[in-house]
Amino acid sequence: MTEATIASPVSLPAPRSRTRIVRRVLRDPVGITALAILIVAISASYLAGFITPIDPNATDLSSVLAGPSGAHPLGTDSAGRDVLARLLWGGQSTFAAAALATVVALAAGVPSGLIAGYYGGWFDAGTSWITNMLMSLPAVVVLLAARAALGPSVWISMALFGVLLGPSFFRLVRTSVISVRGELYVDAARVSGLSDARIISRHVLYVVRAPIVIQAAIIAGIAIGIQAGLEFLGLGDSSAPTWGMMLNEGFRNVLLSPLFLLWPALAITLVTAAFAVLGNSLRDALEDDEITPRTKGRAIKHIPHSEAGLVPTGSVAAADTDHLLVVRDLSVEYPRADGTTKRVVDGVSFHVDRGEVVGIVGESGSGKTQTAFSVLGLLPETASIAEGHIVFDGIELVSRTSGAVSRSRMDPLRGTRIAYVPQEPMSNLDPAFTVGYQLSRPLVKRLGLSRAAAKKRALELLATVGIPDPGRTYAAYPHEISGGMAQRVLIAGAVSCEPDLLIADEPTTALDVTVQAEVLELLRTLQSELRMGVLMVTHNFGVVADLCDRVVVMRDSRIVESGDVVTILSRPSEDYTRTLLASTLEGKTPRTLLLSDSAGETA
Amino acid sequence: MTTSNGPLANPESPLLEVSGLTVDYPRKGFGKEVFHAVQDANLWIGHGETLGLVGESGSGKTTIGRAILGLAPVSRGSIRFDGQDISHASRRKRQQLSSDLQVVFQDPYTSLNPSMTVGDILAEPIGIAGGSRNAARSRVAGLLEQVGLPRDAIDRLPREFSGGQRQRVAIARALALRPKLIVCDEPVSALDLSTQARILDLLLTIQLDTGVSYLFVSHDLDVVRHISHRVAVIYRGELVEQGEAEQVTQDPKHPYTQRLLLASPVSDPVRQAERRNARKAHASKS
Amino acid sequence: MLVFLGRRILSGAILLVVISALTFTLIFSTGGNIARTLLGDYATDGQVALKAQELGLDRPLVEQLVNWFTHAVTGDFGRSWFTSEPVTQAIMGRLPVTLSIVFLVMTISVVLSVTLGLLAATKRGLVDRATQGLAIFGAAVPGFIVAIVLVTTLALQARIFPATGFVPFGQDPAAWALSLFLPVAALVVGTVAASAQQIRSSIIDVLRRDYVRTLRSRGLGEREILLKHVLRSASPPGLTVLALQFVGLLGGTVIVEQVFSLPGIGFLAVQSTTRGDLPVVLGVVVFTVIMVILINLAIDVLVGWLNPKARIS
Repeated sequence: MTEATIASPVSLPAPRSRTRIVRRVLRDPVGITALAILIVAISASYLAGFITPIDPNATDLSSVLAGPSGAHPLGTDSAGRDVLARLLWGGQSTFAAAALATVVALAAGVPSGLIAGYYGGWFDAGTSWITNMLMSLPAVVVLLAARAALGPSVWISMALFGVLLGPSFFRLVRTSVISVRGELYVDAARVSGLSDARIISRHVLYVVRAPIVIQAAIIAGIAIGIQAGLEFLGLGDSSAPTWGMMLNEGFRNVLLSPLFLLWPALAITLVTAAFAVLGNSLRDALEDDEITPRTKGRAIKHIPHSEAGLVPTGSVAAADTDHLLVVRDLSVEYPRADGTTKRVVDGVSFHVDRGEVVGIVGESGSGKTQTAFSVLGLLPETASIAEGHIVFDGIELVSRTSGAVSRSRMDPLRGTRIAYVPQEPMSNLDPAFTVGYQLSRPLVKRLGLSRAAAKKRALELLATVGIPDPGRTYAAYPHEISGGMAQRVLIAGAVSCEPDLLIADEPTTALDVTVQAEVLELLRTLQSELRMGVLMVTHNFGVVADLCDRVVVMRDSRIVESGDVVTILSRPSEDYTRTLLASTLEGKTPRTLLLSDSAGETA
Repeated sequence: MTTSNGPLANPESPLLEVSGLTVDYPRKGFGKEVFHAVQDANLWIGHGETLGLVGESGSGKTTIGRAILGLAPVSRGSIRFDGQDISHASRRKRQQLSSDLQVVFQDPYTSLNPSMTVGDILAEPIGIAGGSRNAARSRVAGLLEQVGLPRDAIDRLPREFSGGQRQRVAIARALALRPKLIVCDEPVSALDLSTQARILDLLLTIQLDTGVSYLFVSHDLDVVRHISHRVAVIYRGELVEQGEAEQVTQDPKHPYTQRLLLASPVSDPVRQAERRNARKAHASKS
Repeated sequence: MLVFLGRRILSGAILLVVISALTFTLIFSTGGNIARTLLGDYATDGQVALKAQELGLDRPLVEQLVNWFTHAVTGDFGRSWFTSEPVTQAIMGRLPVTLSIVFLVMTISVVLSVTLGLLAATKRGLVDRATQGLAIFGAAVPGFIVAIVLVTTLALQARIFPATGFVPFGQDPAAWALSLFLPVAALVVGTVAASAQQIRSSIIDVLRRDYVRTLRSRGLGEREILLKHVLRSASPPGLTVLALQFVGLLGGTVIVEQVFSLPGIGFLAVQSTTRGDLPVVLGVVVFTVIMVILINLAIDVLVGWLNPKARIS
């Protein structure tokens, strides 16, 4: 057990993420194209004098609005000026102005965002207010006002536009800093005596610099668009050629020469699009980079109704009808990125009888929760049941064709005959609806009760699960009740239709130990009153000892052993079960080593 | 193997002495009402000793640890560490303290900077303390061995490790400067049962080898009983009971501690049935 | 809820006052140069001084500001320096055009982006890729380029729609719709692109929440879960993006009105900017900010209604 396991062998030699992101963008064909377009456009603009010797302002009235020719590769405009020269020289001011806007926005947004996010307080309140103010100003209108007062300078416009765009950096930086500041590793750095400046430069800036680059690319694109827009309105400085002005002239002469409109429109679109696409590509690279092995998909599979009855119930083995629930040779798989599949449940078989409590116990990653979700038909969208049967009260639930639980057979059962109690009480109630609505709505839909009758029944249920003031809790929103109360509400919902089988996924793990004892007591009472079969998923042997009749021990997606609770907990036959029990602390001599091989970790 | 018991009687000069500690947070909304996260707490920790601090969520147990570390504001009272008052220590003072006073947090996923290698994470406190690069490198290698991590961990990122391994990295970071006291804030509650056992074993071994003291904050009475010399129980911001680990966790005097003990289930069905009945009797009595 | 509403209104009012004051200062800070700009280079210094005195530009800036404010609160924003038309009247006369555009764009955008976002999040596949493609397109191509392309192809070449002009709704609803089709279409593209993408990702986010699984476990239908629970929780981020889009939209109308020669507020803004008609420019800024504040207020109220937690904070 001394061998250290590595969670993701794919990304081993990767000490610095920045180089990895750059490499990923370079491998993305769209990203590299955008980058190439920008490099070509920028260098062509600044090398304009070498590319074409023609003065962009030189008029030649003998060839007005001429098509492409040897002397004028892209033709001439209404004053006989060379379009290519004007386009290239116009690019210079375009890129310089976009750079100015971006730099001003960075200067306005980044330092203030860092300070506001890190220190909070009055500076945060003040800058956030200014940010909100700037964000409610329509940029074009403000730029018009500035033009009216200060004259047609592209530099003034773009500097002002930079200020107006400052909030986008401010908000980005501030939000990231606030989330990083709350991280425990920043606390650890403080305990180590790192100064604020060191913490910001080492831990905080590291996180925000990639998003800043992305945002800068996007903002440069927006600045070029706005700048061209103002010039198109005829509000720019007319002494030098600009793309927007060319667009304006082209638009006015569109009926005479549509081609002349095309060139500036193409230039503007290509460059703004390149910036936007580059930003997008950078973002994708960054997001790919952030996907950790911890994230689990939770979207739910949609199974078409049409495949009803493809597997005849006659195929159910005769022995399977004796029990309330039979799971036989169940295997669940997830696809991997490389095309192979990963088995999270492998050949699992067990049964639950009426009025019996069966525990599935195991550590994280053992497949116990996946097994429970299989029975409920609530596995994530990507999961598939590769093999095996789930038979509830004689009904085969697994559809061979779809590799999932049959929706047409499951729908009438779920919520009425098979119920579910989740682990985390708070996240399992919809925050936007009252407790009462969430409790009574399924009663209306599934049992066909009237609203009044459903409310009456819901209030009774709340009283049954030991809520002191049912009326008040009924009208409350989830955030107004405690975690213990919320778990009682969820239990009330689960038993509201008096199910035959209750599947409880770590129902007390998120609760304080005193509340846990009460909730276990409640489950015990309800189970014996309603004669429910219960499948209890847990990692806690105390909970198993308290509630279960039989227990199934799982490890690495397989069953290790199963049997009645007294045998398994006092005379386990498998080493793994013994190791788990040895790890429990109750009854051990304090301050002694629990395991002999404590040198390393397995998983 | 049984570890030696630490000092039990209140020594002349404890390593840490907290007296009358109160931590207030302003309540949201109108008025100047404050929320007492911790009220008038008194406790001490001797050299080489573990004090377990047990309580439920929102009881203020974490706040006490954070106040000692300078991460929560001290409204009243004093915290004396190694003979000096540190309740309002400056950043500079904290930096000096950091070689003696360290921390291990609960969540091994957010307590390590995901973009730094394990080697950088461990070298950071050594660098601040003014160690040379080479010294830091060999110290890091020593630390990895001490916490049972492979040598090549030095160039890897935290996300390549499991929860238990990350917690080992966090413990190694705390040990880097050979501190006198480590505040362990729920260091095993995010871990699986067998991983928890291994980390507890590691913490015990380290204490035997180095003589470090622990303030061990946890919600789990069993864990606290196992690791501590003495135990303090906190309920709604107030310390309700304090004493030797065995007495507090097996034969508690305060009704709340009794409730806590009877509520935690045991893994023997027969004894759990007894405990359950005892809990019901206790509940109907009070 | 009333306290929440009251605070938002108060904060909006303060915002309006501050922005007005700042804009006023920005516009009028150049003092004497304004009269010179108005009269041109050939006017004598005496004429310029006289003009400045006539317009009140010779007095201290603070005095001018206070003077403007005392009139503004009564709804009097001064008169145009060129047509002598009261600013309020000039803006009100052009408001129907701009409001028609903005109202249509917002309504169509909400319907389209919610539909697209829902379909993209639940059906994935082709709709999803199309929505993501649209999002990139919307960010990549400036709205006025779209407008120019539309007007040259569909109006000038194909002659399906009128290229210019505005017909009031009361006069002929069909012609009104026809005259606004292209400008609205040009603006809808960008707005839908941004908000459909946002709604899509927040729906995907909500679909992964634990309570959705629990609602399914209670046997509620997929349609009810999606339309009632998921959409409700996914809306606030979408609405926030929509509020930002609205601000951008007011800028977009300025250019689009110019392209299609629609006599709206944007048209007025450009016209008065080119000739330096400062009272009108200031009036336009104040009016657009009022519109933004009202829309933000409406969206705040909507978010508060959708999300009970937002009401207290």
